[in-house]
Amino acid sequence: MRSVRHRLGRFLWQHPGAKAGTALSPIVFWIALFIVGPLFVVLFYSFLTSGPFGSIQYNPTLENYQKTFVANDLRTNEPTPNWLYLNIFGRSLALAFVTTLICMLLGYPVAYWIALRGGRYKNLWIALFIMPFWTSYVVRIFAWMFLLRDPSGFINQLLLQSGLIQEPVQLLYNVTGVLIGMVYTYLPFAVIPLYASLERLDRSVLEAASDLGARPWQRLRYVTLPLTRGGIMSACVLTFVPAVGEYLIPDLMGGSKVNMIGNFIADKFLRDQNWTLGSAMSVILILIVMAILIIYLWRGHRHGILEGDF
Amino acid sequence: MAAKVLRRSSLSAPIRGIGRISLPLLVGLVTLFIYAPILILMIFSFNDAGNLAWWDGFSLKWYQQLLAGESLWSALQVSLIVTSTSVLISTVLGTITAYALYRWKFWGKRLFENVLYLPLYVPEVVLGISLMMLFILLKIPRGITTMILAHVAFTIPVVVLVVLARMQRVDWSLEEAAMDLGADELMTLRKVTVPLLMPGILAAALLAFPWSFNDFVITYFVTGPGQTPLSVLTYDLVLGARRTGAMGQVNALGTLMTLTTLLLPLLGFLLLRLRRFSPAQFFKKRGSLS
Repeated sequence: MRSVRHRLGRFLWQHPGAKAGTALSPIVFWIALFIVGPLFVVLFYSFLTSGPFGSIQYNPTLENYQKTFVANDLRTNEPTPNWLYLNIFGRSLALAFVTTLICMLLGYPVAYWIALRGGRYKNLWIALFIMPFWTSYVVRIFAWMFLLRDPSGFINQLLLQSGLIQEPVQLLYNVTGVLIGMVYTYLPFAVIPLYASLERLDRSVLEAASDLGARPWQRLRYVTLPLTRGGIMSACVLTFVPAVGEYLIPDLMGGSKVNMIGNFIADKFLRDQNWTLGSAMSVILILIVMAILIIYLWRGHRHGILEGDF
Repeated sequence: MAAKVLRRSSLSAPIRGIGRISLPLLVGLVTLFIYAPILILMIFSFNDAGNLAWWDGFSLKWYQQLLAGESLWSALQVSLIVTSTSVLISTVLGTITAYALYRWKFWGKRLFENVLYLPLYVPEVVLGISLMMLFILLKIPRGITTMILAHVAFTIPVVVLVVLARMQRVDWSLEEAAMDLGADELMTLRKVTVPLLMPGILAAALLAFPWSFNDFVITYFVTGPGQTPLSVLTYDLVLGARRTGAMGQVNALGTLMTLTTLLLPLLGFLLLRLRRFSPAQFFKKRGSLS
């Protein structure tokens, strides 16, 4: 028994590849079966045809992708752009973009202040921004629904009772509500990488800029921002990528008026039983995310500032 | 120097004052933006009127209603089973993976890394739906098992990232020293490598736990009837509250969930803190190195 173990040990020691293979086989198996496998199922289904009552017909077609962009006009039967679907894509991209922009505008000054002026409470401040990751996402969104509802939501009540407004304002079940929810959810995703890069910034460079006569705005524009470019790009990607595929926030806070790609895909599966169109939409969503990541990696490598940035 | 003097004098005192105070003010407002909703939710969970966001007297009735219901306890049970099992599996698998990625060279490493981190950037809806399709096609009934399979898959990359971060700060010559002193690979792994990585492994488990426990989107698609985890129960209650306007119970549930999930990192922080003071003593019970 001992000699078998000994020989096995020696074999693995002499063949590093076999060692890695043995150690990694369970995880390779797991990922292949439950991450890669399902994604290939989606890819496969996106080329099939949906029959009536959710049945699947196994004849390969590009129709699902075509349907995403082109619709046949009901009267003239001529192909026209499918505005119904294109609007959903456009809305998702626009909402993710605006969310990222707001998160950057709020997150950068906050990260800057914590990293450079936080002093000895720096770690405590950043912990305050990491804490939300431990709390329930559904609960946090509900908390906002509780605040934003009209007419009995907290904010509306506060404004009405203080006499600032006469009529309740609609803040929920529209674009405003969805944007508030998204900024709220993704702000910590932006603050943390921004903080990481600002924290590593060499202070003496900032001092040198000031000593050489740079005004605060000039220093920010020509020194601080370029030097933290890696962090800004990481923060943008970490915000935009999950935001563009968001499902729960538009589902709960959009009131089925502000649908995004994620809701559309879920509807195709859960409500319409149209697996093939849903799969094609999923593939397009993954391609959008991949495109962003490829641009990010390509830019990052060219500037050589990505290394070590998380 | 002249430029500096010029600049100082070109701004009037009040404007400089605003500049100095605006940044801390913004940080304060953003922190308020992050925490106020949760705090207000907690306060109003003790409000007598459940459908109105205005104070109507102190009451514990929402907690009583919530805790009396059976669904909460069974959901908590499902969640705890799913999360503890999957965090255990993913911590072990993730640590092995991080070790392999950091220490060894092997064929297909780049590809493996890229595929490993897929769950971090593929949208959750797509992951959830693709798993749902897989389970339906393979005719695996959806429930606790499928939830565990899914949760392990999407928590592994989190564990790998945290353990890898720890590995960058480990003195690897200790491993060589152990082997020079006659320990074989397995012995070195058990007595040197794992203890060295322990803070990272604990931190990874602490991050993976809420990641799995609070996950809604993927869980929603792989859960089965009768086996509702807490996150899906919360969602169902939120939908109910949206329809009826009765938000008291959800406020109470949200308060309880937030308080318990915030206790966890605090506990972990204390644990890591204690370990830092006496790193050697912590593992003393398990025998010395020789």
